This record gives sequence, structure tokens and C-alpha cells, in this order.
Amino acid sequence: MTRKQWMRNTGIFLLFGGPSVIAFMAVVVIPFVVGLYLTFTNWDVNTGDSSLVGLANYKQVWLDTVFWQQLWFTLRYVFCTVVLANVAAFFIALALTGGRRGEQWLRTGFFTPNLIGGIVLGYLWQTLFSQVLPYLGEKYGWSLFATSWLTDTDKAFWALVIVTAWQLIGYLMIIYIAGFAGVPGDILEAANMDGASRMAIIRKIMLPLTVPAIVICIFVSLSRSFLTYDINLALTKGGPFNSTELATYHIVQKAFLSNEYGVGQAEAVVLFAVVAIVALTQSYLLKRLEVES
Amino acid sequence: MTAQRWLVSLKTIVLYVLLLVFLTPFLIIIMNSFKTTEQFVDNPLSLPQGLTLDNYTSAWDSMNFWDGFMNSLTITVLSVLVILLFSSMTGYLFVRFKWRVNGWLFFAMLASLALPFQVLMIPLVMLYGNLGLLDSKAILIFMYAGFGVPFGVFTFHGFIKGIPYELEESAFMEGSSRVHTFFRIVLPLLKPVFVTLIVLDVLWIWNDYLLPSLVLLSPDYRTLPLSTYNFFSSYSVDFSPLMAGLIMTIIPVLVMYLFLQKQIIKGITEGALK
Repeated sequence: MTRKQWMRNTGIFLLFGGPSVIAFMAVVVIPFVVGLYLTFTNWDVNTGDSSLVGLANYKQVWLDTVFWQQLWFTLRYVFCTVVLANVAAFFIALALTGGRRGEQWLRTGFFTPNLIGGIVLGYLWQTLFSQVLPYLGEKYGWSLFATSWLTDTDKAFWALVIVTAWQLIGYLMIIYIAGFAGVPGDILEAANMDGASRMAIIRKIMLPLTVPAIVICIFVSLSRSFLTYDINLALTKGGPFNSTELATYHIVQKAFLSNEYGVGQAEAVVLFAVVAIVALTQSYLLKRLEVES
Repeated sequence: MTAQRWLVSLKTIVLYVLLLVFLTPFLIIIMNSFKTTEQFVDNPLSLPQGLTLDNYTSAWDSMNFWDGFMNSLTITVLSVLVILLFSSMTGYLFVRFKWRVNGWLFFAMLASLALPFQVLMIPLVMLYGNLGLLDSKAILIFMYAGFGVPFGVFTFHGFIKGIPYELEESAFMEGSSRVHTFFRIVLPLLKPVFVTLIVLDVLWIWNDYLLPSLVLLSPDYRTLPLSTYNFFSSYSVDFSPLMAGLIMTIIPVLVMYLFLQKQIIKGITEGALK
């Protein structure tokens, strides 16, 4: 390569790649590396102390029973949210894949909650759970709604699940609809001709042929619900008595309220590892169910 | 009408009823945003008497709605423009120049897509805080660029791969420069990718709470999600203005949705299937 050509290529690289690479390095790569380093130090905002402490932070995470309780709470929450959102989205999508008039409107409607941020949705439901439902409970004597769901740990858990699923359903529905569009019409017709029941068609044809869509949907709902923060903050604010703090909420508190950056970062790394393991395992297991149409 | 047609209509009606139930939370909040707090506490299901906008004007003032809206708008628009410009150019670079460094960078960007924000937020705040760079809208936009570029590059890369090189070659023959060719010939072909990325990035940045809450510290810089949070934390018992505030925050997105429904659904589908 001549010197002139080399100069020209460098110029092209800096012009086309420079801005992206600088932003990517400064916002993602460097913080990631510093973050890993941080987990091995006892960095403190107030003292400015940042000596290496080896695995002490990870040991502290290991011994932090509150963190593991909240991680277990998060896992249960993720499981219920993923199941509820996917089952609902699957059947809504199924009902909205027939080429009938008005389907477009229905899809638009079911998608609406997904457009709105978790903070706004969280406060919207907080008002419902703390004011509207107890009113109904009192008026009609429904003991289920007699007190606000948000003041009771078990019910607040379900409040979180319902609101997150409610937001996710529209998004997952869109993916399922795209998946159903890929099921060849002649197979369905043949099954209809042979007199297969609706349930049989769903179980024997729709489910196996939409495994790729199911894998995507479970992956998306898993990673989204594992990382929930906004809804948690606006709906329960971790309460009652910090019993509904999801993992992210706990990490934010640890780092930015208690100023324990090292431990908080170690917990974030552990959370990331858990999410990655769960998400990859489900993809691997479900992909084996895939069939060619 | 035959029995089958009846069944189809019945199913449609059932679906509409289901949708109505699904959207009830919005309806209840909209209805009560026109009532006084006393009326709401007395009976949240009663119809409003007349269309008073008192709650809206009071929410508008208390949450500095206009400032929040303008901050959200500036940050979203500028961030999305920067992401689109940076990532389309870099996607082009990675497709057309198979240098080793480009391969590495592309791989690093793809790998970073798996990283959740949670793993980066603490060092990010620490580093930028130490340098005294927090509390600035420009830095927030820069951060959105850093977080948004990898997915943008990935999407543009996939699309540009399919554009035949001959188009550009003939432009070079006529003496057009690399930059000129990119903006005149390649960029106009990328329109479908622009639509997808605009939809995904606008919804993400407009609704984001956690990153701005860590970066924007001055009340003057608050975006709409931040002012909503603040409004609810400081006026926790005066429900009616709070509900009006929620509805006002929802309206901008809803208006956009009404006009760009098709593009939004298409963008979401394409983004998810990647």
C-alpha cells in the first residue's frame, strides 16, 4: 500500500467510523472494563479510596442474604410475567390472524400500552390499585380488593406481574402475528379438510411451526422483565417494607443511595450472568423443538 | 346470515369487548382527570360533570409540562439524528472496507448488544461524575449515541450488504468522492432502515427514565418521565391533577401513534425479528 493510499484510507476510517467508535468506546467499552475492575476495588465516593480488595465484593454479594432474597423474588416475578404475557399474547395474536376486517384496529389497540414508558404506566396502575380497586372492594364487598394490593407483599407481587405483562402483551402479540404469517396456508387448509379440530390445529401445527417466534418472544420477555426498574419504582417503590424490590431496584439503591459502588457493580455482574444463563438455556432448549414446514 | 357468519361477527364483538377491558385503566384515568379529587375519592366510577380543564392547567403548571416536553423533544430528536448519521456511515464503512480493524469493531459492537444497561450504569456515572461531565443534556445525547450506535450499525450493515456496488462504482467513474457518493447514492436507499430505527429509538429515548435520572440532576433539564416522577413524589394525595398529568404525558406519543401506526408496527416487528 502506498503512503498516499494509506493516508486516504485512514481519512475514510476516521470520517465514517470515528464518531461512532468514539461514542461506543466512551459509553460502552470503557465503562464495561472499568466496571469489571470496580468489582475488585473498594471504591468510595466520599473517601476517594480505591485500593484493590480481590474478591471481597463478590464475597459480600454472596453473603448478602437480602440480595439473594430479592434475586429469588425477581426470578419468581420473571417466571410469572413471562408465562402470563406469552400465553395471553399467543391467543390474542391467534384471534387476530384471520384476515378479517377490523383486525388492524384491534392490533393497534392491544399494542397501545407498549408505547408508554414504565414510569407513567406504573403511576397509572398505582392509582388504580390504591384508589379505584379498594373502592370497588368496599362497595361490592369483594374481599380480594378490600385493601390496596400495594400494601401486601404477595398481592404487590401480582400487581407487578400484571402491569409488566399488560405492557408486554402488545409487543409479543406483534411478534406472534409475524410468526403465524409464516405458517403455510395449504397446511392449515389440508388440516381443515381432514376435519382436524381447532385445538388440534393449534397444538399440532401452529405451535411447532411458530417455535422461532416463541423463542424470540420468551427471550424478549425474559430479558425485559429481568431488568424492570421503572414499573417497580412507580408502582410499589419497593414497598411494603422493601419486600418488592426487584434486582435492578436493589442495585440502584446499593450504588447511588448507599454509595457502595463496588458491591453494587458486583451485583450487577451477577444479575447479568443470571439473565444470560437463563436466556441462553431457554433458547437452546426450545430451538430443539423447531421443525421445518 | 348463515350460522358461520354469525359466529364470525360474534367473535369480533368478543374481541372488541376484550380490547375495551384491556384498555379500561386508561379510560378510568381519563374519566377521573376531569373530576375534582373529592369527586374521585367519593366515587371513581362516576361520570364527570362537565368538561373542566382545571386539573390540566394545574398539572401543566406544577410539573412544568412545557419545559419537560421541550427537554424530551430536544434530547430525543438530537439523539436519534446523531445515532442515524453515525451508524449509517459506520455501517457503510464496515460493509465496503473489509479491513481487520473494522471486523474487530463490528464484532465488539455486536457483542455489546447483549449487555444490559445495568452492568454499565454504575461505572458510567462514576467516570462521568469524576470528570464533572454529568448534569448536561449534551452528555446525555452523547450517551444515547454510544448506546444506540451498535444496533444501528448492525441494522445498516445488514441492509447495505444487499446494495450492489456497481451503483457506487459508476459514480466514482464520474469523479464523485466517497463522501459525496455515500450521501447522494447510498443514503437515499436506506429509507426503510431509517424508519425502523427512528421508531425504535424514539420510543426508547422518549420513555427512558433510568439513564436521564442519573445524568440530569438540575430540575431545569428534566425530561417528561423525570417530571412525572417528581410530580408524583411531591403531590402524592391530590389525585386529580396527577391523573391529568399522566394523560398529558401520554398524549404526545398517542398522537404520533395515530399518524404513524403502520410504520410503528412495521418498525417494531423488524426490530424484534433481528
